Amino acid sequence: MKTLKNIFPFALLAALLVVASCKKEDTIDPNEKGSVVLEFDNIYEGQQLKLNDVTYKTAAGEDINISQFDYFVSNIHLVKEDGSEYIVPQDNSYFLVKESNVASQTLTLTDVPAANYKSVKFMIGVDSLRNTMDVSKRTGILDPAAGAAGMYWSWNSGYIFMKMEGTSPSAPLDSATNLRKFRMHIGGFGGLNSKTINNIKEASLTDADGEMAKVRASAKPTFHITVDASKVLNGSTNVSLKTNATTMFNAFSVNVANNYQSMFKVDHVHN
Amino acid sequence: MKKVFFLFVLVALSACKKDDTTTELTFVKPVHFPEPTYKFENNRITRAGFELGRILFYDGDLSRDGSISCGSCHLQSAAFTHHGHDVSHGIDDRIGSRNAPPVMNLAWGKTFFWDGGVHDLDLFAIAPIENPLEMDETFANVVSKLKKKAVYPPLFQKAFGTTEISGPLVLKALSQFQLMLVSAESRYDKFRLGDTNALTADEKTGLELVKTKCGNCHAGELFTDDSFRNNGIQHFGDKGRFRITLNDDDAYKFKVPSLRNLQYTAPYMHDGRFLTLDAVVEHYRKGVRQSPNIDPSVSNGISITDDEKQKILTFLSALNDENFIRNKEFSEQ
Ligand code: HEC
Ligand code: HEC
Repeated sequence: MKTLKNIFPFALLAALLVVASCKKEDTIDPNEKGSVVLEFDNIYEGQQLKLNDVTYKTAAGEDINISQFDYFVSNIHLVKEDGSEYIVPQDNSYFLVKESNVASQTLTLTDVPAANYKSVKFMIGVDSLRNTMDVSKRTGILDPAAGAAGMYWSWNSGYIFMKMEGTSPSAPLDSATNLRKFRMHIGGFGGLNSKTINNIKEASLTDADGEMAKVRASAKPTFHITVDASKVLNGSTNVSLKTNATTMFNAFSVNVANNYQSMFKVDHVHN
Repeated sequence: MKKVFFLFVLVALSACKKDDTTTELTFVKPVHFPEPTYKFENNRITRAGFELGRILFYDGDLSRDGSISCGSCHLQSAAFTHHGHDVSHGIDDRIGSRNAPPVMNLAWGKTFFWDGGVHDLDLFAIAPIENPLEMDETFANVVSKLKKKAVYPPLFQKAFGTTEISGPLVLKALSQFQLMLVSAESRYDKFRLGDTNALTADEKTGLELVKTKCGNCHAGELFTDDSFRNNGIQHFGDKGRFRITLNDDDAYKFKVPSLRNLQYTAPYMHDGRFLTLDAVVEHYRKGVRQSPNIDPSVSNGISITDDEKQKILTFLSALNDENFIRNKEFSEQ
């Protein structure tokens, strides 16, 4: 009871604030622009993800150490409270998030119309158009000689959408490295001349408590998104590294993509 | 497309006026060939671009230790194949699993590699560079090595108007060189363009036989329809097109190769298993093996008499193009 009493004045204050902010919202200038940040926070179940040093357990009961965890986020849409969408311009809508590179984990979208955004939607991977377009248009993180190095299959032209590598005592010994390596390289945009596997996935994320990102000229809110790397190997298919340590462009990769589709979650929104 | 070519010629002419020290260069479609598939509007051929591409093609620094260039496996004297090697031989003497096809008439290619894994010539070179069995280098590192070589910035300036060396420009230059490797001056071509004496009577009969017995797949002026087929050779581990599409209907299918310049490109098939053209024709006559997705036009073998075989082989020799393997413009300078 005591705590409740203590909270009461704050609740009142909060309610007042909400009312005040509601008033403000009624008068959002349609030409006002602001920024929003998508922060990708890689975790493993309840823990912060740490490359190399920490041993994690998979649902199949196997131990793993993760040495690399990278994925493409593209074609971002922000959904307003009325359900209408702001589509981030195509040329600014490709990001490669790398666990080894802290800066890559914070995506700042600028020139976003002021509004209250309840959800963020994006593609996990790279669309088929960008997989097949002229090389001179592939700049930055889409340039196979620069940003996309290591995330591009040259023998079967196309981007790797998600790459997780590491070691596991359950994986077979790799003769080249003398390590028990596992490699999940997931891609496949559906094929150009012939139809083939399509591992392009979409995520649509909303804060569980309904918190919205209130973009204003003066306010730069953040969607804080946790990305649970354990979901790559665990889910509708619990992947065993004894049998599938190397999963690249093959039929089994579809299971891994189905697993990791649910690895993203809005933890909270900072306004 | 016609308009595009017209444009090339115009550009070439105006370039000549500005700078008469070098002769400008343009891609000219042989009149009897179909329209090319390459999108020249994204990569206009110039002499400077072609020459830069040629230097890159013969530069060992595209490999990890400087030992292997594109030209090491694609030798002009062998119509840009790896003469004498059934499967390719790369860095540290590592052995690949497939036979190097000729780098020839690529402007008409719809896909590249025996399995068609690459759909755009401009993306192609990354594959051999990054293949651990071939050049074993990363493309990003190749670009940074080229940036450090003093010869390149002025060449990129001439070709693309910038000294800033980037991956896409390296690829575009390599494409320019490879696109100009057109082979269309065999005796067959002369015949096709109206010189009725260019072929002997036997060769003319051989041509008709190839059209009826092989033309289902080795079709048109390029002698390939660029499709993927299982031609009934015995299959081992390599499932060909299946590797790219993961579609069971594509297992054991390989891209139909051209029949041009065969004299220079032995051995034959995707793994270089046949050493002679005689052995290839014997395969179609008597050696066909049943396996999944075998093409109906070969599943019972192709009926060819001994006399017909001789005429087919004679005709195939009329598809050799000496100018192609001797053209100095294509050689390392
Ligand atoms: C170690 C030998 C080796 C080297 C070095 C090499 N290649 Fe190749 N090349 C091959 C082999 C083998 C194939 C066929 C592979 C396959 O189809 O899977 C091939 C295929 C090709 C093709 C496809 C032709 C077609 O009709 O499908 C092109 C184009 C080509 N190479 C260009 C290049 C270029 C450009 C370089 C340099 C960047 C290069 N190659 C370096 C061995 C090599
Ligand atoms: C069903 C389609 C088909 C027919 C009909 C066919 N071929 Fe082929 N041919 C192919 C395919 C596919 C390959 C490549 C197969 C491989 O390497 O696995 C090939 C390969 C070849 C090669 C090897 C070329 C090289 O560069 O390695 C020669 C030579 C050849 N065929 C000649 C002929 C002749 C001559 C005939 C007619 C008597 C004929 N083919 C009929 C589909 C066909």
